[in-house]
Amino acid sequence: MSTATETHRSVARPPEFEDTHESIRILGFWIFLTTDVVLFGSLFSVYAVFRNRVALGPTPHQLFSMGPVLAETLILLTSTFTCSLSLYAARSNRLKGAVAWLTVTLLLGASFVFLEIREFAGDVMAGHTWHQSAFLSGFFTLVGTHGSHVTIGIAWAIMLVLQLMSGGLTVTNRRKLYTFTLYWHFLDIVWIFLFTVVYLLGIA
Amino acid sequence: MTMNPWILHLMKRLFPPQVLLPDIIGIDIGLTIAAIAAIVFLTKTKRWGWLWREWITTVDHKKIGIMYLLAALVMLFRGGVDALMIRTQLIAPHQHFMSAQQYDEVFTTHGTVMIFFMAMPMVFALFNAAVPLMIGARDVAFPRLNAISFWLFAFGAILLNISFSIGGSPDAGWMSYPPYSELMFDPGVGENYFLLSLQVAGIGTIATGINFLVTVLRLRAPGMTLTRMPIFAWSALITSSLILFAFPPLTVALGLTMLDRIFGASFFTLGHQGMPMMYANLFWIFGHPEVYILIMPPFGIFSEVVPTFSKKPLFGYEAMVASLLAISILSYGTWVHHFFEMGAGPGVNSFFGLSTMLIAIPTGVKMFNWIFTMWGGRIRITVPMLWQLAFVPTFVVGGATGVMLATVPADYQYHNSYFMIAHFHNVILGGTVFGLLSGLYYWWPKMFGWKLNHRQGVWACLLFVVGFWLTFMPQYFLGFQGMTRRMSSYPPGLGWTALNFWSTIGAYVMGVGFLIMVYNIIWSRIHPDWDTTGDPWDARTLEWSLPSPAPEYNFARIPQVHSRDEWWEMKQEGRTDEVKISEKTVHAIHMPRNTPMPVLLALAFFVGSIGMVFEWFWLAILGGLGVVAALAYGSFANYSEKEISRDTILQTEAQLGRLES
Repeated sequence: MSTATETHRSVARPPEFEDTHESIRILGFWIFLTTDVVLFGSLFSVYAVFRNRVALGPTPHQLFSMGPVLAETLILLTSTFTCSLSLYAARSNRLKGAVAWLTVTLLLGASFVFLEIREFAGDVMAGHTWHQSAFLSGFFTLVGTHGSHVTIGIAWAIMLVLQLMSGGLTVTNRRKLYTFTLYWHFLDIVWIFLFTVVYLLGIA
Repeated sequence: MTMNPWILHLMKRLFPPQVLLPDIIGIDIGLTIAAIAAIVFLTKTKRWGWLWREWITTVDHKKIGIMYLLAALVMLFRGGVDALMIRTQLIAPHQHFMSAQQYDEVFTTHGTVMIFFMAMPMVFALFNAAVPLMIGARDVAFPRLNAISFWLFAFGAILLNISFSIGGSPDAGWMSYPPYSELMFDPGVGENYFLLSLQVAGIGTIATGINFLVTVLRLRAPGMTLTRMPIFAWSALITSSLILFAFPPLTVALGLTMLDRIFGASFFTLGHQGMPMMYANLFWIFGHPEVYILIMPPFGIFSEVVPTFSKKPLFGYEAMVASLLAISILSYGTWVHHFFEMGAGPGVNSFFGLSTMLIAIPTGVKMFNWIFTMWGGRIRITVPMLWQLAFVPTFVVGGATGVMLATVPADYQYHNSYFMIAHFHNVILGGTVFGLLSGLYYWWPKMFGWKLNHRQGVWACLLFVVGFWLTFMPQYFLGFQGMTRRMSSYPPGLGWTALNFWSTIGAYVMGVGFLIMVYNIIWSRIHPDWDTTGDPWDARTLEWSLPSPAPEYNFARIPQVHSRDEWWEMKQEGRTDEVKISEKTVHAIHMPRNTPMPVLLALAFFVGSIGMVFEWFWLAILGGLGVVAALAYGSFANYSEKEISRDTILQTEAQLGRLES
């Protein structure tokens, strides 16, 4: 029988933190995320400077419409919730739950990417390619970099689902799931800034 | 004559007129012969398997360090030949040794190779060779990632270096400012090579930054608190954190230029309201911290070399750490000093001028600390120490001229003149390269197990240093007299002729110094002076408590650290037996297994990059799929560890005479 404090400790310290190797990898992943913050920071500054350099192309106000962007936002925010549910299931040793919620997450991610590609394709069809102005170059690159991060995340999630199904909740797989949720939440935070700086300020 | 037009087109693409110059064809033939000779040698001596098992698939930080070092020396040769070509062109007025176009290509590759493919890998060579050993670790935090970093660097270097014989070299300077670097003014594949090779090597560099940051933070031996850590490990920690914040802006700058050139975006173009200044800002937000990334490790090296050869602990350890930290923070607030003239206004310029001058203070603190460490010490003039002694006056001059350049109104006079060229060679060559060569001579016995001949080393150092002063002192005066950088020739009668002549002579003297260093290495390999003690310099830190070279697992027993300069304290207190093991204390050790994944991943990046350079998108996609496949393989393959058994360790340590009696 374990005492109350011990139970508390085992809840507070999941296996992937207790294992030396895996906890080192988690630290490494946090540091990787800081480099990604700087990467997005650079792209945001480029966009902020280029926002009004529209040349003969459309202004942000003319280009953006709230409907699809709001849908993308809601989908991504939901996916970050389901991603946490997956981690929660893994922490409670429910493999099926972890796999199921992770699958939901990657499907939501895929529909986010689909909507974004549709938005981009619509802009390009209307003749608004990134060649047209510095603003469009900055817009497509900033939002596209986020979208390609989500796409990489989907590929990662697919591999993770396969690994969870074949290997179960090993310490390594728990660490992979944990770093994946870090990555996914990070992309969500980036999107919140994107939504505000690019779309809300653009439409306003 | 009928020739398939498709093949004709391809040949024109791969071999445009600028790669059909006689000297380039000569080099191509030489390289082909050398490659064939290497293949024949490896086949005859049946070493392919050895090469694959021992080197190409290795994840051992010591071997990766050796590969970095050899690659860096080859690149030092290549960049040095570029430098000599530049100086040969400028030896007298109206020289046409090279065309203006080729001159542009040569100064571009000189700068790019020296910064990214010589100095950076040599820094990483010494990090790999020394840092894990001096903090009492068995490897870096992520051994496989370390190999990935190396191979990305190696394939990036190959990519840049094949440009001159296939497709044409980059020619927009090592900063590649738009609009020169844009498609409109610079068609052809040269700039694409520049962008892709730096991008690939840059990914590796970011990975190395993460790796060494985690290594130093998490893998220190018990008892080694941050304040007991050798300064070189501190410099690795701080350099790594600088890399993390400096390289992503470079990634963005290069990436956006690539989108402009290959995919028709309008970031830095003149039309469509693009903004070339944006590139200059992004590039120097990377570029200024980069010069501190290059100088911090030499600061760390000197902080190991000076105490060792003065037989004294380092003077002002805390001040050393504090000044490293101060420099690393200040270095982010100085980037505008690279373009005071581009119209930022007096307020902004004053801020950046002042912040630049402030950096001189912590740097001066370090200078005094090294001098005070020598003060009253028993100084031994070894080759590493000689490089340090050469560094002190050189770097003081370089630093002082740096403060002159930071004075905004005066900078309008100096900017992009030979004064500035002399200044940054003074600090990068006289600081970084002197420091790295000091480290090379210092840790060479630990890396290879034999020492480099002292007499030859002294000659190499003396010639190099004399050549250095002779090359760059005249250039300060050329700058005052109005000679600007990147001139491919100049007329007589401006008072530049004699100064340029002596500068060129100096460059050749440096070249002779380098050749003697190569001779020194080869001679010492043929007549090895084996280091049987593991501690040839009577040094102070933990790496010298190990045999030279260290066994695969480094420490059979992880030491317990009680103080700074732990190995010195062990020797003073007669505790050196602590590093020995006995049957009772030995345990099996787990080490990571070799894996081909890193080299395959980097190869995929290389193939994809070639596709991007020539805009063969099918090849780029193929390379991209290769990257995904390599990553998936890396994720699914059971990245297992192997066990080195107790018996093997006992056997190895017994052979090295490290068993407790």
